Amino acid sequence: MATHLSLADAVSAYVRDGDVVAMEGFTHLIPFAAGHEIIRQQRRDLTLVRLTPDVIFDQLIGMGCARKLLFSWGGNPGVGSLHRLRDAVERGWPNPLELEEHSHAGLSARYVAGASGLPFGVLRAYQGTGLEGRSDSMASVRCPFTGEDVAAVAALNPDVAVIHAQQSDREGNVQLWGLTGVQKEAVLAARASIVTVEELVEELVQQPGGVVLPHWVVGAVVHVPGGSHPSYAAGFSERDNDFYLQWDRVSRDRSTFTSWMKTHVLDVPSPIRPST
Amino acid sequence: MTSDPPIDSYTPSEMMAVAAARALADGLVCFVGIGIPSLAANLARQLTAPHLVLVYESGAIGAKPTRLPLSIGDGELAETADVVVSVPEMFTYWLQAGRIDVGFLGAAQIDRFANLNSTVLGSYDSPTVRLPGAGGAPEIAGACREVVVVIPQSQRTFVDRLDFRTTVGFGDGPGDRKRLGLTGAGPSLVVTDLGLLRPDPVTCELTLTQLHPGVCLDQARGATGWALAVSDDVSVGSAPSKLELKTLRTLQATTGDTT
Repeated sequence: MATHLSLADAVSAYVRDGDVVAMEGFTHLIPFAAGHEIIRQQRRDLTLVRLTPDVIFDQLIGMGCARKLLFSWGGNPGVGSLHRLRDAVERGWPNPLELEEHSHAGLSARYVAGASGLPFGVLRAYQGTGLEGRSDSMASVRCPFTGEDVAAVAALNPDVAVIHAQQSDREGNVQLWGLTGVQKEAVLAARASIVTVEELVEELVQQPGGVVLPHWVVGAVVHVPGGSHPSYAAGFSERDNDFYLQWDRVSRDRSTFTSWMKTHVLDVPSPIRPST
Repeated sequence: MTSDPPIDSYTPSEMMAVAAARALADGLVCFVGIGIPSLAANLARQLTAPHLVLVYESGAIGAKPTRLPLSIGDGELAETADVVVSVPEMFTYWLQAGRIDVGFLGAAQIDRFANLNSTVLGSYDSPTVRLPGAGGAPEIAGACREVVVVIPQSQRTFVDRLDFRTTVGFGDGPGDRKRLGLTGAGPSLVVTDLGLLRPDPVTCELTLTQLHPGVCLDQARGATGWALAVSDDVSVGSAPSKLELKTLRTLQATTGDTT
């Protein structure tokens, strides 16, 4: 059953040190505000999961929250490298970061299997690539009907999934639309979930292409308008491309990064739940 | 606007983007990576292939952006798409099932069998450069009916041995794709800033078939980390037209603009 909480209370209740935390958003609806709260609460030893770790994961990694990253494409889309991710992998700063990587197809199949209550998913992937055999979450399996060998990937069931959506109602039913990525699967695969939303409405009106998550599969709902900035929420805001371009400069240097995080995240109070 | 580059001269990168755009026939369904593939595909759609169906892995099928997106998640891709699907659906019903004609990819390294590296430079466990990783590339190259690769040609990119094989082109040679269970035909064209390469129909090895204007054979050989196979009848392509250059530069100047 969904509970309306403040962001600080939601993170405090649902995200624990050492957890496997999926924070999804495939280039849209990225849960930046929730990520910042995890940084402020100084969670440690997290296994962060996302198909496309971008700037919010760069910030979490640079601030020492992560022990491991499970992912399929890590970069600043259209801009270049994630410098904090690279610094952690190439030089172990601020701490070494273990990597487990799949392709998008493989990692999304892991979520689908997890959401479906299956032990593994199947797909055509990995054979002949350097990824094959690098993770114990991928293997080969023979089709019992045709004899064909296909890839098997272990179901993924994160401790908690964190997403951002456009709307929730009082009961905690949630709706997101636009590019909806793999968020539905992440929430259904996870043992618990936090959903930050742009607005609270009396009644959800189904949007074209909208994904609705019923309140009884959602954990905490948190009203955080603008909670995906510099990413965006279709219908509410536009992607702040200038921010992504500027992040390249901010994140290149450790001290510039650290002082930016102090000013823009650590010293910023956690958002108070807007009155409804 | 006094600093506009002259319309009668162009850079090697511009030549590469134009040559890649020319390779896309109208009406194809094209899975587009961000960067030069997206630039070239949008150039083609504006100039010669208005019915090109652009598919972005973020879920947009039939996107018709008027400006070049900075990322595959820019809002305009979804707003102009024929349909928007989830990521699991994109990689299963649409890509894996073989519904895409052309996969359009970039990479950091390529070898003679058009295998690609976008994972690391140096060793995997202790890389000198950690690259973004696989993303959708392995399955795009596996399942699209054919694959076009766009990559600048140099000793750093055209390597005898990949630091990491992220994506299979022709593997170790003839027969490997079938053995590995890859359903598409594999790379049909590699577009570089020096010319075009196509796989030899028998050996699968990349063979230089065309040079861009002003590029000599020795340049292409010198920019290749193996003994480059060269077609018996290497042609010379045409320079970008004024319209191609003007359209390309307008696309680049407005990349990621949201207003």
